[in-house]
Amino acid sequence: MSSVQIRDVRKSFGNFEVLHGVSIPIEDGQFVVLVGPSGCGKSTLLRMLAGLENITSGTISIGDRVVNNVQPKERDIAMVFQNYALYPHMTVAENMGFSLKLRNAGSDEINKRVKRAAEILALSPLLDRYPRQLSGGQRQRVAMGRAIVRDPQVFLFDEPLSNLDAKLRVAMRTEIKELHQRLKTTTVYVTHDQIEAMTMADKIVVMHDGIVEQMGTPLELYDKPENQFVAGFIGSPAMNFLKGHVRVNGVATFEGPNGVKLPLKSAPAGSDGRPAVYGVRPEHFTIADDGAEAEIVVVEPTGSETQVFAKVGGEQVVAVFRERHQFNPGDKVRLKPDPSVVHLFDEATGKRM
Amino acid sequence: MAVIAEPVAAQVKRSSLWSRAFESRNFLGAMFMVPAIAILILFLAYPLALGFWLGMTDTKIGGVGRFIGFQNFVSLSKDSVFWLSVFNTLFYTVFASIVKFAIGLYLALLLNERLPFKSMMRAIVLLPFVVPTVLSAIAFWWIYDSQFSIISWVLIKAGLLTNYIDFLGDPWNARWSVVIANIWRGVPFVAITLLAGLQTISPSLYEAANLDGATNMQRFRHITLPMLSPIIAVVMTFSVLMTFTDFQLIYTITRGGPINATHLMATLSFQRAITGGNLGEGAAISNAMIPFLVAAILLSFFGLQRSRWQQGGRD
Repeated sequence: MSSVQIRDVRKSFGNFEVLHGVSIPIEDGQFVVLVGPSGCGKSTLLRMLAGLENITSGTISIGDRVVNNVQPKERDIAMVFQNYALYPHMTVAENMGFSLKLRNAGSDEINKRVKRAAEILALSPLLDRYPRQLSGGQRQRVAMGRAIVRDPQVFLFDEPLSNLDAKLRVAMRTEIKELHQRLKTTTVYVTHDQIEAMTMADKIVVMHDGIVEQMGTPLELYDKPENQFVAGFIGSPAMNFLKGHVRVNGVATFEGPNGVKLPLKSAPAGSDGRPAVYGVRPEHFTIADDGAEAEIVVVEPTGSETQVFAKVGGEQVVAVFRERHQFNPGDKVRLKPDPSVVHLFDEATGKRM
Repeated sequence: MAVIAEPVAAQVKRSSLWSRAFESRNFLGAMFMVPAIAILILFLAYPLALGFWLGMTDTKIGGVGRFIGFQNFVSLSKDSVFWLSVFNTLFYTVFASIVKFAIGLYLALLLNERLPFKSMMRAIVLLPFVVPTVLSAIAFWWIYDSQFSIISWVLIKAGLLTNYIDFLGDPWNARWSVVIANIWRGVPFVAITLLAGLQTISPSLYEAANLDGATNMQRFRHITLPMLSPIIAVVMTFSVLMTFTDFQLIYTITRGGPINATHLMATLSFQRAITGGNLGEGAAISNAMIPFLVAAILLSFFGLQRSRWQQGGRD
């Protein structure tokens, strides 16, 4: 186990810079999730950490050692690939023991460690099978087994669940988290799925267009997004954004599209009249007489909750209710955002106000 | 009602005989296979059978032969030139195939790396395969010429030799010369096919092996070679078959000389059957190649049997 320091790392492919100076401190034993839309540079960063891509500038250190020029095999890391990258001509046991065999470990030692890893991952009955004879979830577990057999300093996961079906994905999510709690190995996990990030991470790093937008615990990011991108990326259904202006005359309010009045707890100093974006999460709407007038467009019950798409001031918003309201499309209701948890963003910069 | 209905029913039955036949899967299946079977019989089975038959006769060009059983084979077994051609063929096949494989694999590995001008280099590698055999054979003939050989000329100018090398006049020189010509011609096939095989290996396997701590040599030994083995088996089968049955190169460069030192079974068969007019004996020599070819095919068939890891299915 080791800490990992990523300091001002840049990466260019030819003249095209894909990472514009990324710094991420990772503590020993932490589970860090890099999340962002495709093309944000998160996989590239992970591959640089693994040593599969060169570092254009900046430094990456594992423990106390700067690893910029250290060969992948000497970095003492293990990686789980998106397509698992299992060796098709080796059995499960051979796949898991391959790295030990390359290090000239004795066959007793290999057997012992493979067996232990197989027990942790419930792979014991499958040790003699070939990857082809396994299901997606089993292959996923073998890929993880291959990583834990080595007992490395750092685990790297590159979108490991994206090839699984939805149900299995949820199950494996729990399994990976449980494994981390058990082994406490520093883990860097890349995904584009914010739910995976939220559920698994000790620390989430939201990346976008080659920069870090925000880092923090899942709930920090959820409750206090630093900018509009993070606010929109974290949370499902996504946060509603309404453009308008801050008005301070006695009480602070927000004048939304078509003059809709929306409540604010307080307005930042000197923000009167400034163009801004009003952000409210779907679950922070209530039905109240002093709410903004809304016309219901679509109602989507999921059982545990109901998603309601409605037009507020001509803009579509989504609200989620735990209660079972009897709504029909075309109904007029009054939606009131909870002013204590709404977010205000500068319209020009997208920064939190 | 019934009286009227009966002839109608009969008519329906009669008219539907053809349409019923064309709706029958078995009949249609057989119909669709007829063209393929006709082609196979005409161009494969008939020539093969004729070859077998001729080998059992004493047919000469222009004459009708008699069936003489295995007499051709008996006389061949006492024919030292025939045995020399068997030796030559085996020598030619073994050495050319091994070297073609080694160079082909090396080129494939090289071309699979990130190289500048990669596509151009791939095209260049294919060149020997594109040039008509006879044309390249004539080029080699000049290269090996006893008076105009560029190899001898260069070596003499460089001061390494004093006399011209007699490439095609000395039996062993000639054997090695045609082997080299065959290698030159056969390498592209091996290289390009193995390259295609290499490109099916997922790069993430190498990355995983890299992280697992494998050196370049270990990656080759534990990933490339096992993953490539099915393709290697196919390529080497074809390579061996094509080399064993080679005719054009030898016939153009040496015509089997000097003193039959480069006669392959194929060229000897042609010489005895067409040039010499003994169709029966020539056919017998060709037939004598069959056991060797079958052995090669069987060997690769068992080699090709898909290993357990390639087989699909669960359990």
